[in-house]
Amino acid sequence: MSRTADASERPDEMPGAAGLAGAPVVSFDHVGLRYGTAPEVLKNLTFELEAGSFHFLTGPSGAGKTTLLKLIHVALRPTRGRIALFGRYTERLTRQELPALRRRIGMVFHDRRLLDHLNAFDNVALPLRLAGRKAGGYAGDVAELLAWVGLGEKMTAYPMTLSGGEQQRLAIARAVVGRPDLLIADEPTGDVDHDMAVRILRLFVELNRLGTTVLIATHDRELVARSGKPVLHIEHGELRLPADAAA
Amino acid sequence: MSGPRTAPSQRPAALLPAEDARDGALVFIVAVLCFLACLSVVAALAADRAAHGWRTELRGSATVVVRPGPDETADAAAARAAEALAAVSGVDEVEALEKDKAEQLLEPWIGRDALPEDLAIPRLVDVELNPERPATAAALDAALKAARVDATVDDHTMWLKDILRAAFLAQVAAVAIAALVAVAAGAVIAFATRAGLQARGDLVSVLHLAGAEDGYIAGLFQMRFARLAATAGLAGAGGAALVTALARLAGGGEGLTPVLPVAWSDLLPLLACPIVAGAIAAIAARLTALSLVRSMT
Repeated sequence: MSRTADASERPDEMPGAAGLAGAPVVSFDHVGLRYGTAPEVLKNLTFELEAGSFHFLTGPSGAGKTTLLKLIHVALRPTRGRIALFGRYTERLTRQELPALRRRIGMVFHDRRLLDHLNAFDNVALPLRLAGRKAGGYAGDVAELLAWVGLGEKMTAYPMTLSGGEQQRLAIARAVVGRPDLLIADEPTGDVDHDMAVRILRLFVELNRLGTTVLIATHDRELVARSGKPVLHIEHGELRLPADAAA
Repeated sequence: MSGPRTAPSQRPAALLPAEDARDGALVFIVAVLCFLACLSVVAALAADRAAHGWRTELRGSATVVVRPGPDETADAAAARAAEALAAVSGVDEVEALEKDKAEQLLEPWIGRDALPEDLAIPRLVDVELNPERPATAAALDAALKAARVDATVDDHTMWLKDILRAAFLAQVAAVAIAALVAVAAGAVIAFATRAGLQARGDLVSVLHLAGAEDGYIAGLFQMRFARLAATAGLAGAGGAALVTALARLAGGGEGLTPVLPVAWSDLLPLLACPIVAGAIAAIAARLTALSLVRSMT
């Protein structure tokens, strides 16, 4: 599964990326992560997510799901091994290149990370503003998406006035509004009811149909079973591919 | 579940929230600094004006001290000196001061009726020079020697040098104070930027993770502090303009004091204060924010 580059060359792009068109969106090659001198929290992870794929990331609490997502979002750097995103090795990315790469990734954080001084509309519009789009150009899209996640009547509400479930939906809307090439979500349905969870899953599936690669970390076994999508299972920092959920 | 799909009509909210209490204190401090800087600039202009006036006054005249010989009276010696000096090119007018006038000049130091009648007081000849082509002290001296008059020419060169040096030092001091105040304002803004960034680490983190570039985040702080400093600069310049105007009005035609004459035109440079304050704040905030943002995730 892994395609290890010649260490002596250390090119910026993965071998065979061929202009990045055929490269996997995410590639982990014997990746490990430790904090300081503590034991590794992620051990020897090797996997790829092909463009347009849809995976769930499952595992018990503390298994390393959130840490793995942070590595994909380049919020953390591995202490060993190599990670490639869209065909580019992350250790070769300069600080100037990182924002453009992150704008291709939609991230639903476990703690949501909403901006309390912005209303729902402005929170969702944030990625579009950062991408340089004008308010007049995205207002309709943002309003439509907010309506779709059930917050159409709360566009001017501030996060602190929303329930946990509403905040969760707001965070999801912010992550998907820019139609990212890669969507990673950390427990996106943890605070919503079953019907809303199904609705959110449909949104992710729809995005996936449009070409977005999706990776969702979840504890919701029913949701995983309902989707029929492949599963990456992580336990004690090690990746295990269930035989019945191979990509 | 679906609601109205009309987007809010208001402009996008500022990504950097206002810090009301902290902003008020910052505006006050920068306004005071701008006020002091503006007064320094006015003082520098006034010192320049005063120096120019003194220079013109002193360069336009010379004083000749005539010592009468044993065979002639002081009046005769002064008259001969005046005659010789009047013929020199670059001299507009010559006046030999009468004995009474010479005594009047000594009166502030010696007092009235304190001089013995038989004391030989040197006579003074006041020479008014042509402002375009003034005669040199050497030319005046040569004319006096040619006329065999024992006299000393004082073209005020020694005084002029001291006065110009004093005026120059006053200007340098005023400009240095203005520069120091500008640096202090920059340091205050840098400190405020650092505090603002550290207080808003959560926001910086979210913006980073959402794909904002370092320059974009630094730009948010740069614009905010530039606006604050420009507002403070306006207030500081307004205060300084008020003080300058009062000084001008209180002192009549020569300003508050002839030593530092203030003119209405001195108010014009104060108009630049908000722009300069904004620019200094923008640079200080950007440099500080960039260095700090780069150290954040």
